[in-house]
Amino acid sequence: MKLRRLAVLSAAFATLAATTVAASAITVGFSQIGSESGWRAAETTVTRQEAEKRGIDLKFADAQQKQENQIKAIRSFIAQGVDAILVAPVVATGWDAVLEEAKDADIPVVLLDRTVDSDKSLYLTAVTSDLVHEGKVAGEWLAKDVGDKPCNVVELQGTTGSSPAIDRKKGFEEGIAGHDNIKITRSQTGDFTRTKGKEVMESFLRAEDGGKNICAVYAHNDDMAVGAIQAIKEAGLKPGTDIKVVSIDAVPDIFLAMEAGEANATVELTPNMAGPAFDALKAYMDNGTEPPKWIQTESKLYTQSDDPKAVYEAKKDLGY
Amino acid sequence: MPDMILARLKRLAPQLIALALVLAANGLVSPNFFDLTWANGRLYGSLIDVLNRGAPVALLAIGMTLVIATKGIDLSVGATMAICGAVAASLVAEGQPLAVALVAALGVGLLCGLWNGFLVAILQLQPIVATLILMVAGRGIAQLVTEGVILTFNDPGFAFLGSGNLLGLPTPVILWLAVALIVGVIVRRSALGLLVEAIGVNRRASALAGVKTRFLVISVYLVSGLCAAVAGLIVTADIRGADANNAGLWLELDAILAVVVGGTSLLGGRFSILASLIGAMIIQSINTGILLAGFPPEFNLIIKAGIIVAILALQSPALGSLWAFLRPAPRSPTPAAPDKKELVAR
Amino acid sequence: MTGAAPPPAATGAPLLEATGISKAFFGVAALTDVDVRIERGEVMALLGENGAGKSTLVKILTGAYRLDAGSIRLEGAPIEPRSVADAQSLGIGTVYQEVNLLPNLSVAENLYLGRQPRTRLGFLDGRRMQRDARALLARYGLSIDPGALLGTYSVAVQQIVAIARAVDLSGKILVLDEPTASLDARETAMLFDVVRQLKREGLGIVIITHFLDQVFAIADRVTVLRNGRLVGSKAIAELDRLSLITMMLGRELKEETLGRSGSEAAVSAEPLVSFRGYGKRGSIEPFDLDIGRGEVVGIAGLLGSGRTETARLAFGADKADSGTLIVDDQAVSVTSPETAVAQGFAFCPEERKIDGIVADLSVRENIILALQARRGWMKPLPRAEQIAIADRYIKALDIRTAHRDLPIKFLSGGNQQKAILARWLATDPRFLILDEPTRGIDVGAHAEIIRLIEDLRARGLSLLVVSSELEELVAYASRVVVLADHRHVAELSGEAMNPSAIMAAIARPHGSAEPATREVAA
Repeated sequence: MKLRRLAVLSAAFATLAATTVAASAITVGFSQIGSESGWRAAETTVTRQEAEKRGIDLKFADAQQKQENQIKAIRSFIAQGVDAILVAPVVATGWDAVLEEAKDADIPVVLLDRTVDSDKSLYLTAVTSDLVHEGKVAGEWLAKDVGDKPCNVVELQGTTGSSPAIDRKKGFEEGIAGHDNIKITRSQTGDFTRTKGKEVMESFLRAEDGGKNICAVYAHNDDMAVGAIQAIKEAGLKPGTDIKVVSIDAVPDIFLAMEAGEANATVELTPNMAGPAFDALKAYMDNGTEPPKWIQTESKLYTQSDDPKAVYEAKKDLGY
Repeated sequence: MPDMILARLKRLAPQLIALALVLAANGLVSPNFFDLTWANGRLYGSLIDVLNRGAPVALLAIGMTLVIATKGIDLSVGATMAICGAVAASLVAEGQPLAVALVAALGVGLLCGLWNGFLVAILQLQPIVATLILMVAGRGIAQLVTEGVILTFNDPGFAFLGSGNLLGLPTPVILWLAVALIVGVIVRRSALGLLVEAIGVNRRASALAGVKTRFLVISVYLVSGLCAAVAGLIVTADIRGADANNAGLWLELDAILAVVVGGTSLLGGRFSILASLIGAMIIQSINTGILLAGFPPEFNLIIKAGIIVAILALQSPALGSLWAFLRPAPRSPTPAAPDKKELVAR
Repeated sequence: MTGAAPPPAATGAPLLEATGISKAFFGVAALTDVDVRIERGEVMALLGENGAGKSTLVKILTGAYRLDAGSIRLEGAPIEPRSVADAQSLGIGTVYQEVNLLPNLSVAENLYLGRQPRTRLGFLDGRRMQRDARALLARYGLSIDPGALLGTYSVAVQQIVAIARAVDLSGKILVLDEPTASLDARETAMLFDVVRQLKREGLGIVIITHFLDQVFAIADRVTVLRNGRLVGSKAIAELDRLSLITMMLGRELKEETLGRSGSEAAVSAEPLVSFRGYGKRGSIEPFDLDIGRGEVVGIAGLLGSGRTETARLAFGADKADSGTLIVDDQAVSVTSPETAVAQGFAFCPEERKIDGIVADLSVRENIILALQARRGWMKPLPRAEQIAIADRYIKALDIRTAHRDLPIKFLSGGNQQKAILARWLATDPRFLILDEPTRGIDVGAHAEIIRLIEDLRARGLSLLVVSSELEELVAYASRVVVLADHRHVAELSGEAMNPSAIMAAIARPHGSAEPATREVAA
């Protein structure tokens, strides 16, 4: 079954290669979490662009932040007989059954941006940034920036239990390890949203003597940082100066804040996860090349000295 | 008159006691919880944060109380918030005058209410089903308006609604107090309150008594939509951006909870907007207290659920009769003792 | 049946004996020192006016209320039922007037709800449940499909299913609260067959009813309560109608209250309300009807003949699809209660609990509701005025309530009915439509309501009264319209207007199979 399917597929590819890349030869289902943040929207845009570039027919399903919707979407992709499935899993657990179903149907699954704790044999590969690494880059930047001065950090976590929240926390702690002058004094979830980021930052400011005891805020994503910046401003302090702001994702809005001197650093989570994923899929379908189980994307650090205005202009049309 | 004040206090006693207990607990986990300071022309402090952050749920609870009093429920308020916020933000971002954006957002809120009211009062759908439609579809509509992104704007006038100060308090606090006062006065100074309660208790009998049930049922959904619109404007103004996915997400449940904690029965009938507002403040005090306490976030929801269960259990009729049972009641029928038992038994 | 202590050796102990029962609500005594006794294989009728304490006593015996003082002994052993379920397990089952079953479940599920038979694996054993249900129902002479939804059967069948469930669960005492209120004569007979069979099986049966004929038909003994106190308990053989009514009322029913006053009253020639070709397809065929100022027009007919439909149509509760309505020489359109109220119409519906009272609201709020609705929500009645109106009618109609702000649900049926009448009288109506104003009301309140109808007519109101109490109807009405099969089949007045003529008119057109006996009961 699998062999015959591969044969058909490679035959199709051969003809395609011979002609032009016109009609879409393969169909890929993409189960997106939703658009919980600007980055998510950009990932969707870039995924569509990358699919179009390769002539792939992309079937898109928005799960509105619900795992059950994702599982439903994947089942429907299997029923439609797509050639491959991309999943940006909303949580790490509970995927075994549906991944088995995909495997039984010989449909390769590529995880985007987040991983799951299912057996590795159940998916082809996972294209993710190294979440721990991102946190570590942010932590190392802060350690370098404050030097030997004592610094109390408050942390805005992502959604409790999600893998970016767990890993970005872990990475940041690794990044500041060995710098006893830096201490995380408060840590709460801001659910990756601006509203909650602002509300939680307000309570941190309140609990830490109006913010006098806070030297820096570390947010697991830029949206919460943008909310925190507003809270700091409304408390009569200068974000970026009185309280340093470091976050992850590198969405356009944070570059505006950086331009205004209100944010200090962000670590890029590239929205282009689909490009490497499609490349790996093509190699696998064309000649059966098994990709590595984990394809890591780059985690680039941006600071106020990286011409934030120019980065903003480059990024603002990606759909963030 | 003092009798009536006493009766109202008695009605609000469980809510006031619960609020006092939650606030006292907050004072324990965060010693400077009750501190108030004056700076930049307004009051600052955790109590002010409670009033300010509780604004969206308080606003929703006002409309929800009326809807629930008619034996209805409005699940769509969270989605309505997202739509109205998105409409206002997109108009402001396009450079329309702020007044236009605000009127448009409030108008859309009314439209959402009208839709729900139409489904419930005219098509006679069950309220939970009727409003579920907009709850599900509403976020999609909001996303269409924002084109799937967080639509940011830089209009200081609009932002004022979320983070400005008025009369020494954050604007949202003034807004929800004002809406509560206006709705409260209209409802209780007119016959609206009585007629709404009559519909909630027995819609058929009310209709036969000549009560305009359709008009009134549509009206309460309109009020609910309008309250949701104001709440949507506040959360949008607060972060200077319309977040179609997260604005008001699950807030309909908090609003229903506020009404229930306020002691208004989901079966309709007697209602108290004031009690619902105290309920909203209880919920927000718990939220703020959790944030201030510095517990690991994994415990947030468990703590919140635990406290709410405790509050609801305190109000539960079953527990009331248990108290009555445990109390060594005199066997001879004194007028007062059996009274109470009878009341709680219902 | 686990909770009961072993019965003492003395077989002389009654099946159930309650002594010194007292209960008060809101400081008002509902029952004072009442003794009651039920023997095996006996039907005991519990009688009394509304508010006499029948329901309270039954609710105490069945565990719904807890007593303030007194004791209950079942088969000689003291019991203290804490809940309906508790009473059930002790052997005391109840079937209420409004059947407390679930119409959207099957008959079998209703019979075995909460105790469905299970297979050895713990799954529901649907087949066995159906088989058991069929056998159980056969004992009651019912051969219906236990798999069908209960709601698809008539109220009578539902009532018997309720009885079957109660007896199956309890098995010693069965309490029937107004079991025949919504049954016709044939259904009543069917129900009584079941009661007699249960009696033969040794059950003690308590029956509450307003139909005195039925008391004589089924009861072995009668226990009468008045104002929360025991009047007495006598074997039926010792009683005749008059002595029973005397026990209940404590006074002779004054024959003159039923004098023929209506037909003698001067009726103005000019009608206030005229219906011309008024009708609604599938509900009532087009009819002509005039009601003069100061005139009472009666409507008689069997249940389902279209009498309630006529009343609802006249008030706009249902929309007419043909005909015109002329009020005061002007054609008007009455398409809803609101428009009817605007014309000065008023309507006391038959189903008091469903269509009449707003249970959780106070007596005061119930009384001012229609007036407030007519004024509109923007013009609230000042509180002082509400109190004045409520107090005026509480006094005028002798509505017995501890306080005007007491929720109306705590009032007895007759007093609720008077409050609904007060609600409409407060709107100062021209045309009052009463659908079964005396249904489910004790004899005393009965007389008061009839007096009220005559007062109102004397004050120049026009009344349309639907009633199955034909003797009463001919007493106060100047004309009676007879309905059958959704049509107006006769209009009787003067000497031609008497109960037997009405029944003859009902029977005439289609030779309707339904016996008319229930219509003239009591």
